Amino acid sequence: MTIDNAVSPAQRALAVLGDDVTESALKRYLEGLPGVDATGLEQRAAALGTRSIKAASKAWALDRIIELIDLTTLEGADTPGKVRSLVAKALVPDATDGSTPRVAAVCVYGDMVPFAVEALGAAHAAGRATEPGDGLVNVAAVATAFPSGRASLAVKLADTADAVAAGADEIDMVIDRGAFLAGRYGTVFDEIVAVKEACRRADGSYAHLKVILETGELNTYDNVRRASWLSILAGGDFIKTSTGKVSPAATLPVTLLMLEVVRDWHRLTGERIGVKPAGGIRSSKDAIKYLVTVAETVGEEWLQPHLFRFGASSLLNDVLLQRQKLRSGHYSGADYVTID
Amino acid sequence: MSTHLSVPKTYKLFVGGAFPRSESGRVYEVTTPKGGFLANAAQASRKDARDAVVAARAAVSGWAGATAYNRGQVLYRVAEVLEGRRAQFEEEIAAQQGVSGAVARAQVDEAIDLWVWYAGWADKFAQVAGNANPVAGPYFNISVPEPTGVVAVVAPQQSALLGLVATVAPALVAGNTVVVVASEAHPLSAITLGEVLATSDLPKGVVNVLTGSPAEIAPWLASHDDVNALDLTGAGELEWIDLEIAAAQTLKRVLRPLAGADAVAPSLSRITALTETKTVWHPKSLL
Repeated sequence: MTIDNAVSPAQRALAVLGDDVTESALKRYLEGLPGVDATGLEQRAAALGTRSIKAASKAWALDRIIELIDLTTLEGADTPGKVRSLVAKALVPDATDGSTPRVAAVCVYGDMVPFAVEALGAAHAAGRATEPGDGLVNVAAVATAFPSGRASLAVKLADTADAVAAGADEIDMVIDRGAFLAGRYGTVFDEIVAVKEACRRADGSYAHLKVILETGELNTYDNVRRASWLSILAGGDFIKTSTGKVSPAATLPVTLLMLEVVRDWHRLTGERIGVKPAGGIRSSKDAIKYLVTVAETVGEEWLQPHLFRFGASSLLNDVLLQRQKLRSGHYSGADYVTID
Repeated sequence: MSTHLSVPKTYKLFVGGAFPRSESGRVYEVTTPKGGFLANAAQASRKDARDAVVAARAAVSGWAGATAYNRGQVLYRVAEVLEGRRAQFEEEIAAQQGVSGAVARAQVDEAIDLWVWYAGWADKFAQVAGNANPVAGPYFNISVPEPTGVVAVVAPQQSALLGLVATVAPALVAGNTVVVVASEAHPLSAITLGEVLATSDLPKGVVNVLTGSPAEIAPWLASHDDVNALDLTGAGELEWIDLEIAAAQTLKRVLRPLAGADAVAPSLSRITALTETKTVWHPKSLL
């Protein structure tokens, strides 16, 4: 049986698939993508993890990692107070060193967005384009029944619109993994298109849309590649590995694979898509491996907050400890950074 | 005629309950006093010291949080396992220090006795070092010794096993965790002690053993912000005043170098020196 529903038109899909944007055309396209050489991918990722980083490069890398962090709190126990302290940390990561840069964004649940916006005050990017060093911080909200995504489309859209109206600059949505794994690519596609539309602000501009693939539930690298293409075709500004609630979360091979899709898309259309590994990146050493992977896969121009992010909470403290070590010449300890 | 080929042992570090090689990949030769080859031992780097402190810090809450009785039982267990390995210790001490079997046996006896002596203090020293203070008011006022946290130890350099036991055991009694730099010339017994500790219910990371140059490693431990106390008992040959100055930057407790019999004498003050006194006021009930 062939399903031949027309999926919602999206400009990117129209450009790539032609006028025939139907579920079966989408399926043909995604399943026609070449398979992933898993061994080669893992070997390449492992090799990228062995690059030697000298002290001067390390100092630059540590600062840039901070500028790329989406400082995250996504707990059922979150309170306005917890969000305010998260924002305080985002603005002044290390009170002992004024030269510490600010993080790219704070990432919270939708109902916490007003508190994050209020706490950021003048430092809130509020839709303005940000550059490293300008001191502006975005507010990212997870939406669409994060982390499972098991809710009706109407609820997901309301969730998204609510967060955008409250001042979220970025929306992290989850795809419907159940539909994706069942092969109903059209459903997933339509949902992303609809959520993208729900990201539209009153003035006609859009909140940035990050599409979470939850690669830990997709089982194969082939599926990760297909989901990446699907998310980009449907209009995602960023593709993000995971919610952080499922293990395995971000891994270097999966991130490398997604970066390769982004590279291919850039070659095809000249358009730059962002990548956000999230979950499980806790040490500076790991984060530097990701920077190397980005630089050697898509190029150094991707090491910007609008094209690459780390979804992390404990990573920041480890980076601060490493910065303190570089500055003072002796090892620091957890007593010298804040408790999250 | 036996066809068995001897299988020489690789002596590695003991960090976080595992036996890793040095991250630097370095080893150094351990020899008899006459220069005969005994074994290759790992030569720890500053990064191994850093990893050991991380492991020790992670182990503090579990070890300090265990009941004093439980800590005592674990330490007794260590002594039991030590006893079972005495032949190996005697052989290694005799080879490393170039002493007779009888002298080596006496050192092992003394080390085990010392360990048992300290194990016995685990659920008793708080009664001796703590106090109910008389105060002018309707309060109980109680002072109790609390563990300091992570203790970095430079073990006595002259003896292979006894000096190590004399510095590590008292730190453990109160609930501290330890990063110990073993005797540079006689490190084999330290790693064998690590094997004993790994198989005697001691939680991983409570004791971490580094082998190599104390002159290289000790400054990194002395200046480390996450180390709470520094036992320099075996650091007499080092620039130990510099170590003390480095330790002062983070207000570490410091035990100064000792030599000879003083370094290995059983002593309650070695336990209490690595504790902090906590005093609590508690209202008496209004009857």
